[in-house]
Order: sequence, then C-alpha cells, then structure tokens
Amino acid sequence: MPLHVAVATRAFKRYSTYVGATLAGIFTNCVFGVIMCFVYLEVWGANPDAGGYDAGDAVTYVWLGQAMIMTVAVWGGGSPDDLAERIRTGDVVIDLYRPVGILGWYLAADLGRAAYHLLTRGLAPTLVGGLLFDLHYPADALTWLVFLAAIPIAVTVSFALRMLASLAAFWLLDDVGPRMLLGFAALFFSGLTVPLVILPDGLRELAMALPWATFLQVPADIWLGKRTGLEVVGGLAFMAGWAIVLLATCAYVLHRAERRVVVQGG
Amino acid sequence: MSLIEVADLRRTFTVRRRVEGERRKQRTEVEAVRDLTFAIDAGEMVGYIGPNGAGKSTTVKMLTGILVPTSGRISVAGVDPSRHRTALARRIGVVFGQRTSLWWDLPLHDSFDLLQKIYRTDPARHRANLAEFVELLDLGSLLDTPVRQLSLGQRMRGDIVAALLHDPEILYLDEPTIGLDVVSKGRLREFLRALNRDRGTTLMLTTHDLQDIEALCDRVIVIDHGTQVYDGTLAGLHEQGGSHRTVVVDLVDEAPPIEVPGAVTRRVEGPRQWLSFPTDASAAPIVAALASSYDVADLSIQEPDIEEVIRELYSRPRSG
Repeated sequence: MPLHVAVATRAFKRYSTYVGATLAGIFTNCVFGVIMCFVYLEVWGANPDAGGYDAGDAVTYVWLGQAMIMTVAVWGGGSPDDLAERIRTGDVVIDLYRPVGILGWYLAADLGRAAYHLLTRGLAPTLVGGLLFDLHYPADALTWLVFLAAIPIAVTVSFALRMLASLAAFWLLDDVGPRMLLGFAALFFSGLTVPLVILPDGLRELAMALPWATFLQVPADIWLGKRTGLEVVGGLAFMAGWAIVLLATCAYVLHRAERRVVVQGG
Repeated sequence: MSLIEVADLRRTFTVRRRVEGERRKQRTEVEAVRDLTFAIDAGEMVGYIGPNGAGKSTTVKMLTGILVPTSGRISVAGVDPSRHRTALARRIGVVFGQRTSLWWDLPLHDSFDLLQKIYRTDPARHRANLAEFVELLDLGSLLDTPVRQLSLGQRMRGDIVAALLHDPEILYLDEPTIGLDVVSKGRLREFLRALNRDRGTTLMLTTHDLQDIEALCDRVIVIDHGTQVYDGTLAGLHEQGGSHRTVVVDLVDEAPPIEVPGAVTRRVEGPRQWLSFPTDASAAPIVAALASSYDVADLSIQEPDIEEVIRELYSRPRSG
C-alpha cells in the first residue's frame, strides 16, 4: 500500500510539472463550458423540464461535465496510454521484471493523475462557471461527501476501460483501433454531449446501464440531488459494480497476456 | 545443485507472414532457442554471447520468467522462473543497455525511493546500499537530476544501482556497455568486478564487446542460431575459433609482403600491410621485429571481434 501511495504521489507530481498545459486546458474548458451553457439554455428555454432538469440543473451539468473531462479522462489518456507505449516499444519487460502487479501500479498512477486534474482542470472551470452562471450546489455535507467518493470510482471505471484498450496492444501491437472505438462510445454514452436523462425511452435505459454512465451522469445526479436515499446507494453500487467487473476483466486479460504473449523487442 | 540450471531448453515463436496470392497469412514456426543445456554456479561471471538474433535475449527472458519455454527445464535459485516470477524478481537484478528502469521525468533519487518500496528492501539496508553504490559509481551530484537530463553513461550507472539496491543474488546484464565511451566502460567493468568479488553476486552478461568479456568473465557460453556452440574459457574460445589479432602497419614506402617470425601477412595495400598472429601470442616481439627490419611510419593492433570469432568457430566442423 505505501508503494501505491508513492506511485500516485509521483504521478501527481509528474503532471504538475506541466503548468502551461494545465492553464491552457483550463482556458479551453471555460470556453467550451460557456458555449455549451448557451446551447443548453436555448434547449431548456424551449423545453423547461427536459429530462427532469431545470435550466439551472442543465448549466450545472455543463460545468460538472467540463470538470470531469480530464479528471475521468473521458477521451482517453492517463497511465493506460503509457502502458500501451511501453508494450509497443517493449519497455513493458521492465514492468514485468518487478515483483509488483501491473494493474495496481497503473491504477495508482492514474488515480494520482486524476487527483491532479480534479484540483486543476476540475476545480478551476467550475469556479469560473459559478461566477458566470447561476449554478446549483449539493444540498448538504453528506451529498458533497458522496459526490467526492463517486469520483475515484468513476476514474477507476474509466481506467479499466482504457486499460482494456491498451492491453489489446499485447496482441495487436497497436491500440489505436480499440482506443478510437472507446472514444466514440464515450463521446455518446458518457453524457458529455447530451445528458443521458434527455435521451428517448429505451435508449436512455440502455445508456444508463452502460459503464460510461458512471463518468458523469450518475455523479451529476448525486450532485444535483436527483437521487435521494436508497437511490444514492444504488448509484454508488452501480458504479462500484462496473469498477469491479471491469478491473477483474483487466486482471484476467493481463494474466493471459503475461502468460501467453511474447514481449516484443529486447 | 547449481544456482542456474537449464536443460534441453527450447522456445519457438509462431510468425505469420503474408504470402503473395494467398488470402490467409501463412504461419511458420521459428525456433529461437533449441536444445540449450548449461549450469551456472553461484559467484560465477559468465559471458553469454552470440550474434544478433542468436537467442540471447530469449534465453534471458526465460531465465527471468517473463517468457515461458516451449519445452525443457529451467531452475533458477531452486525455482521454476515462469511459475514463480514475482518471488524470483526479488532475488535477481536485470540491466538493459538499451532500456531504463528509471522514471524518465523524476529525479534519480525518486526512482531509488520507489524501488525500495517495490522490493520492500529493509530501509537501513537500502540506505547502506545506496550510499555505497552512489559513492562507487560517482552519482552523488546527480541524485537531484531528472533522469531525462542524464547522459547515457550516467543513466547506465543509475540503472546499475537501481538493479542492485535490493541485494540480488544474480545480476543479468544485457549489453551494459553499449554506446558508452572508453572511460565509462572501464569504470563500469571495474565496478562489476568488485561487486562479484565483494558480494559474490553471480553475473550473466550478454554483450557484443569482447573486451567486456575479457575484463569480466572467466567463462563464456556462445550461442548461434539458437544453439549452444561453445561453453568454456575465453582463451579456449580463441583457440577453438582460431581467432587472431591483427597488426596494421604503415610503412614509409611501398614494400613487398613483410616477413617477420610469428605473424603472417594477410593483405597489402600500398604502404599499408595487415599481419595476423594468434590471440594468445604477445604482440611485443612482432612489433620489435617490424621496427628493427622495416621503416615503420605507424602501426596499430586490432582485437578480434566477437562476430569474427563466432563465424570462424561456426564455419568449422563441429565436434560433439
């Protein structure tokens, strides 16, 4: 455990050395947040209770989305990308020589990265959004707590999905295909473009059951107080369930890869 | 029982190749290693040499457990590496000349701290080892430097420290001196010799540099096309391979082929001539004879390279 804390801390430190990139990213998040708010306000102006959200919920959802893009790494990136590169170059042998599991190591690194992105790319645009628009905030301390607890779970689900795409490199020597596929799925099913709650019946239920719903929709509903009591517990359980299933799949695939696949180069 | 035991080791790879006119790729089996049998005792320093693609890295990967043999038996420190990779990892160190186990964007000491946690080395032991190795390899002033800013020689020294902090019994080195300048090579060899002498660490070294072997290894195992072609002393290898050193002589004027005892003139090109003599003979009398009988402008002595020795070894009919 101290090892994984150390790994996470160093990942945090590593990302924090690129201050310029962080500032540029925050600026981009703010610009997109403002543009999306105006679009959403038009939509909710025409249809004031779409998906059970009011206009205030909708603009809050936009800024939560901006905060989650990098934190949850909706479009990919993070430590699984490092792994894919190491598989391609053969440097992964170094990882395999170590008496620690690859999965725990890379998960710790990604959580460290996510912590950095939450504090910068997550927090800063939300503060800007709060100054420019009338946002809704969690009703009580417990809701804040549950929302904060949901974030690492969302990161873990996203990590496991990205990891599966990267692990494909053990067989394909290239993870571009799986990664693009994952990107397309996330584009739609994460709810980042359109909140999943306003999707038509059927499609909505499907989207809400998929792992991408953990990226933004479920945490946003907790924040907005759309889930109460047992529904909150259910939401967390849904997220944790996907995290466990996907991590177990990663562990299995990794085991297969380690046993069967030839390490390239060297 | 030896520390490392390998018996009838074989590893094949399936290669898919696209063939003209065929829709499906053709699968062919390539034997990277076959019928490999050897044993290495604790405290030995063994050179494992062979041309590119001979199967050296494949063997080392199987010895460390990250590649499963197709058939045959391996025992390292009493265990089967591929079944007990993690347990074995604590007892071995691996250094790759062309890869680094350090973290690229972190200062050197951060990498060493992480390694202490990875191997769960006793903190006092870790500190003592670190102090000793840093001193011996002169890394003290570089501990705060990010790895990406280190020169190749500095990074290599950092990698050697990284591989040794957990007190491994066996150290595998894959081309440790590749790309290093003469001074760095010398320093590294000195360090490895001391490591073996003082700590009894068993060393297995793959290299293209015959001088690495000369400086470090009492024993050489030569592999070519996946099979073992020699196992014995370096002197024996030269003898068996019939290898020779070469004196390149620049005469003041063109002359007919030089005749001196103990050497044979192989080539003449204007005033420059190439003379060869056996590796175990001294160059001194030949140089003396040259200087006394000819007008020599310049001369140099070339050591045989590993490829040449192996080529000669392999082109001979093999016995056994």
